[in-house]
This record gives sequence, C-alpha cells and structure tokens, in this order.
Amino acid sequence: MTQLALVIDLNVCVGCHACVTSCKEWNTSGWAGPMVDQHPYDNDPTGTFFNRVQTYEIGTFPNMETVHFPKSCLHCEDPPCVPVCPTGASYKRKDNGVVLVDYDKCIGCKYCSWACPYGMRELDEYQKVMKKCTLCIDRISDESKPESERKPACVLACPTSARLFGDVHDSDSEVSVAIREQGGYQLMPEWGTRPANHYLPRRKTRLQLHKDELERVDNPLREESLPAAEGETLDDIAF
Amino acid sequence: MHPAFSVIFLTTLIGAGQGLFLALFTSQFYSLANLLHSPQTAELYAPGSLLALLLLGAGLLASFFHLGHPERAWRSATQWRTSWLSREVIVLPAFMSMVMLYGIVHYFGWTQTLFVISDALPVDLSLIIGTLGTLLAFALFICTAMIYASIKFLQEWHTPLTLINYTLFGIASGFMLAAALSAWMNIELVAFFGAWAVIATLLALLTRVISLIRNQRIRHKSSIQTALGIRHNHIKQSTMGFMGGSFNTREFFHGRSDSALKIIKYFFILMVFVVPVALILVSYMIQSPHLPMLAFAIQFLGLIAERYYFFADARHPQNLYYQNIA
Ligand code: SF4
Ligand code: SF4
Repeated sequence: MTQLALVIDLNVCVGCHACVTSCKEWNTSGWAGPMVDQHPYDNDPTGTFFNRVQTYEIGTFPNMETVHFPKSCLHCEDPPCVPVCPTGASYKRKDNGVVLVDYDKCIGCKYCSWACPYGMRELDEYQKVMKKCTLCIDRISDESKPESERKPACVLACPTSARLFGDVHDSDSEVSVAIREQGGYQLMPEWGTRPANHYLPRRKTRLQLHKDELERVDNPLREESLPAAEGETLDDIAF
Repeated sequence: MHPAFSVIFLTTLIGAGQGLFLALFTSQFYSLANLLHSPQTAELYAPGSLLALLLLGAGLLASFFHLGHPERAWRSATQWRTSWLSREVIVLPAFMSMVMLYGIVHYFGWTQTLFVISDALPVDLSLIIGTLGTLLAFALFICTAMIYASIKFLQEWHTPLTLINYTLFGIASGFMLAAALSAWMNIELVAFFGAWAVIATLLALLTRVISLIRNQRIRHKSSIQTALGIRHNHIKQSTMGFMGGSFNTREFFHGRSDSALKIIKYFFILMVFVVPVALILVSYMIQSPHLPMLAFAIQFLGLIAERYYFFADARHPQNLYYQNIA
C-alpha cells in the first residue's frame, strides 16, 4: 500500500511563505480551484488557502527561538473527517492514501471541518464547498510530467528544501528515512488519527567535549600546560 | 465553536416536535389503560400531530440554511453506514411521515380495533403507527445528539450526557407544548401534561447541571505542546499565517466575552427550568388557561439560549493554532 505524505523540517523552514503562494497559484488555476479571496486589497483580506505558515516564539527572552510552522492537511491514515461526511464527498484514496473532497458532491455542511482536530479544512466562501490540501493530486498523478516534477507545488517551491514528499509506507523512501533517522513526529498523537505527514523537530548540533578529552588519561601529572621556557632553546641559537 | 442559528433552531424545533408527539401518544396510551378518563382526549391528536409536523418542518427548513448547497441535500442520505448526520437525515423524514399518518388516522377516525392482544389490549391503526413513531422519535434524539457526542476531541460534547440532555429537553418542551395546546383547546389534560413536563424539566435540570460542572472541570487532552510537537512551557504565537481571519477563526470561535457567556448560562437556567416550572405550578393552582402557553414560550426561548451555550461551550482543539484569537 502507498501512503503519500509530506515531511516538513522545522529545523530548516525559514518562514518565507513560498509554499503558501505556490500552493495557491497552482491550485486556484487547477482542479481544486478557484480558491477565491474576499476583499483581498481591503482592510481584512481573507480567502481560501490549503497551506498556511504560522510563527511561534518558543521560550522567554533571552533564551528564545522562533519556529515557523507550515500547516496543511496531514492526510491522516485514520481520518476522522471522512466517516462523518453524510454525502460521501470526503474520501480517502485507496491507491495512494490522499484525502480528497469531491466538490460536486459536497453540500457544504461543514461537519467534516468540525471532525478534523487540526483545523485543516476550510469552507470556500465563494463555491460553498469544503476545501483542503490535495497534495496537488492533479500534478503528482500527471504522467505527462517528468518524474522530477510530479511533486506538490509547495515541495518544488521551497527554497530551503524544508519539505520532503514521498511514500511513508515504503521504508526506504526519502521521507521514511528522514522520519526514522531525524526524529520525525506526528501532531496531536493523542487522537489516534495517525497523520501521514510528519514534522522533523528543531535539532541543535552541539560539540560534546568530555573532561577526559581535554585531559590526557596517560598524563600522570594531570598537567596540560605548555612547558615553561627554560633559557635558550635550540631554535634560538640555530640559524 | 461558533453557534449557528440554523442548527440551534433545527435542534430545538425538532426536539419540541418529537416531545409533542411523544406527549400525544403517551396520553393515548394512558387512556387505553384507563388511567385517563377524559372523553375529549381524542380531539387533541389530529391538531397536535399537525403542530408537531409544523415544528419538525420548520426545523428541517432551518437546517437548509446551514448548507452551502441545499439543492444537493438529498446526497446526505447516502452515508448512513458511517455518519450520524446522514442517519439523522433519514430518520427525520421517516418520523415526520409517521407523525403525519398518526394525525390522518385520528382525523378521519380510522381507529377501529384491528385485533386484540391477550384479551386486554385492543390494537388499532393509530396504536401501531404511534408505536413506530415513538421508536423513530427516540431514534431521532439519538441521531441528533450523536452528531455532537461522536466527535471525540470535542470533549465537552463527547459524553452520554449530550444524548440524555437532548432527549430530556425535547421531552420537556414537547410536554410543555402539549399542556399549552390542551389549555388552549380547553381539554382537561393540562394537569397531566403539565406534571410530566415538570418532571422532565427537573430531570433535565439535574443532568444539565451535571454536564455544566463536568465541562467546567474538563481537562483537555490537547495542548499547544501536542499541537506543535514542541516541548516547552512557554510557547507564544506571533502570527497565525494571515491578517484578516480565515474559516478557522470564524467557525470555531463564539466571539463573545466570558461574562456574556455567563449571562447566557444563567439566563437559560432561569428560562428553561425555574420560570416554566413555577408557571405550571401556579397555573395548576389558579386553573389558568394562559399560563401553560406562556410557560412553553419562555422555555422555548430559554432552550435557544441553552443550545447557543452548548455550542459556545465546546472548545475545538484547532483553536490551539489560533492563539491570537483564543
Ligand atoms: S488533517 Fe484533518 S482534514 Fe486532513 S485527513 Fe487528517 S483529519 Fe482529515
Ligand atoms: S462539508 Fe462537504 S465534505 Fe464536509 S462533511 Fe459536509 S458534505 Fe462532506
């Protein structure tokens, strides 16, 4: 079985919003579009987005850091949003595990958005149907594109390569290796939704120096200072 | 959660409709068992069923205002295997047709005994339809309440108390309405319906207060730490990813102050429980034909406030990602 997913590296993300804009650009003109905005040039611009980048401050000054947190549908393996849908518009694809909405069936009852603990679904105010990240399904399954371009728009746009895309059920895929070796984790594991998307945590590279690495064990006097100069050395007289 | 008036009216109106039908059938059952000796009882069934049908229809109409695409509403009956919402969509019209049949059978007087069970219980058409209707009324209470109770991370709703409260509130307001109707039609059943309305109201008071206390003490499983997966006690959001708000900030926040919510809470406790019970007791003592009507009107107004509070009270875990609002 295949379960496509994103792995987002919080250690790398710089919060540039390139994924947000490329997502909107690709999807508003594609199968999932239009993603209409309301008063985009006024005081309170709002509209439909599949992907948002939020920013959090961790800690208190001066021991604090900024974490940028991209947020989109996690394509849960046990998606609570799917069984509650009364029309069958929300479904999870059997072949690749992507959770999608059939915009022709959706009645806009919003029940699925209540049933997503992460708030990843948004009702499109213009089309009056539920929308969410499609993992660019129309792009990743487009066989006319070269293999290297069959990736979600956000992944291709990310200038720091903070977003990885692949099959998390394939143990040897780039994403599985990243999750396994770099401490990938899921959001709100307490609800048993088993999100397919994972996040890689902030990682610090610290130089670990132990005392015995500074002091030689085989130095009987435990004295590591340079020997003090004792009069003229050979260098002083030889030329 | 943001309380939507379409859903508030849907749940309160059909609750009263279901309760009214249950009240009618209860009185028929009591008469059958010779516990009620009012010759006019039968006069109540047809107009009562019509009123119940009107309430259910009004609730159904209100629900359409909740949908983005009401013209596709028929599709919502397809996923009854998994969705409580879909089940409600099926049970509601089924119940409505039973109520209609019940009214028709009584209106045309098609109540000749069909057969007698063990020489004691004469069964006619209305009894069969009424029993089916009763089952469907309770099924509808379950479906409506389970829409909310089945979402496990809305912890304020995820409790059997949600089912109990929806059922008791429906029954209380329905019997209250039956008392009002019989007072208006000058039928001697005011005391009978009034007594049951008071009992249901007091039971609902008990269970609602328990759920209020439960929800006040609730410990949420999700925190900003589990939402982000970052273990630190001090996490502050600096941007939500937009400026003008989004669906997430509109749908999941009630936007009222804590003190306003408190006022709504005390308002509904007064209007749903205290005032109607007092009015029914007074009307019993002074034999007033108008007070039961007032009692129902006040209780129904209170129930709207109660339902508003029910929604506003629930804290969705997604709100953790929108701290600038919460
Ligand atoms: S993140 Fe939310 S919308 Fe996406 S699959 Fe999981 S529950 Fe459904
Ligand atoms: S809003 Fe659409 S997709 Fe969501 S539960 Fe309702 S019908 Fe299904």
